[in-house]
Amino acid sequence: MTIAVEIVLLILLLVTAAGAILVKDLMSAILLLGTYSFFLSLVWAWLGAVDVAFVEAVVGAGLATVLFLVTLFGTAPKDSRLRRPPPPIAALFALPLLGILLLYAANDLPEFGDPNSPASSHISPIYLENSFQDSHTPNVVTSVLMDYRSLDTMVETVVIFTAGIACALLLRRKAS
Amino acid sequence: MIQPHDSIIVKSLGRFLIPVIQIFGLYVLFFGQYGPGGGFVGGVILGTSIILAVLTFGHNASRSQIAKKLLHGDGVGMLIYAGVGGLCMIGGGEFLNYAHLEIPGLEVASRRSLGIVLTQIGVALDVAVTAISIVFSLSAEEIIEDSLNG
Repeated sequence: MTIAVEIVLLILLLVTAAGAILVKDLMSAILLLGTYSFFLSLVWAWLGAVDVAFVEAVVGAGLATVLFLVTLFGTAPKDSRLRRPPPPIAALFALPLLGILLLYAANDLPEFGDPNSPASSHISPIYLENSFQDSHTPNVVTSVLMDYRSLDTMVETVVIFTAGIACALLLRRKAS
Repeated sequence: MIQPHDSIIVKSLGRFLIPVIQIFGLYVLFFGQYGPGGGFVGGVILGTSIILAVLTFGHNASRSQIAKKLLHGDGVGMLIYAGVGGLCMIGGGEFLNYAHLEIPGLEVASRRSLGIVLTQIGVALDVAVTAISIVFSLSAEEIIEDSLNG
């Protein structure tokens, strides 16, 4: 059961990702990319990372799709067809090599849900045990993001703010 | 510049959906301590509801004025977040150590809970305003300059 659902989700991910790259129409590519994000959020939810799934569904499938669509409508209609040059020879060799290297490295990753893996044995138990007493916050993810790692989150917020400022500086012009 | 949509179906659905999305965004924002969600997602949902209003009713509709007013608040979210950190320093602790928020009658854990709520509101404001600002930047150069200068 578990394996079947995972395989179906992964196949859907691969199909939508390949479709977003291969399809000729930019509008279809954007919608396929939104679908890809939605399936990715289903994968996160299936793996138990509900917060990540929520962010992926809202930002990846919702906001990013809207931003892409608004950008597409702001560009000239002649841009909406892709012209695809053949890939360079170096990429044809280097990218499969990179993929093989990544698969080789993935062999050494700990099993999913392994209680002895470094990620779940280093500092996570302290967070899990102390979160509710420390901050009256049952959701440990929120407690880690906003309390234990608050400075990191503040700098992330600065990054988002900077992105908005950069977009405004680059794109907002006076009508000539 | 985005024109109002022609279809009555889209407009009626927009009128119905926008308040629902906003209430859901607030729910996600304040429920982030008890379930999935939080400031980032809640802010994106709130911003998306206003983007939907702009896309459905156009830039000049009365519903879109609130979006233009919101754009003046760029940076308020950051101010709230860093301001909470500053208040902690005033209270005698480290930057963003919510246990030193000087509020009488609250124990340490409740202070930290309150600090989480306040910073989440800051994140949500920042993300919502940034999302609206990017959509306006991408779609409406001259309109936004007029509304900001006039």
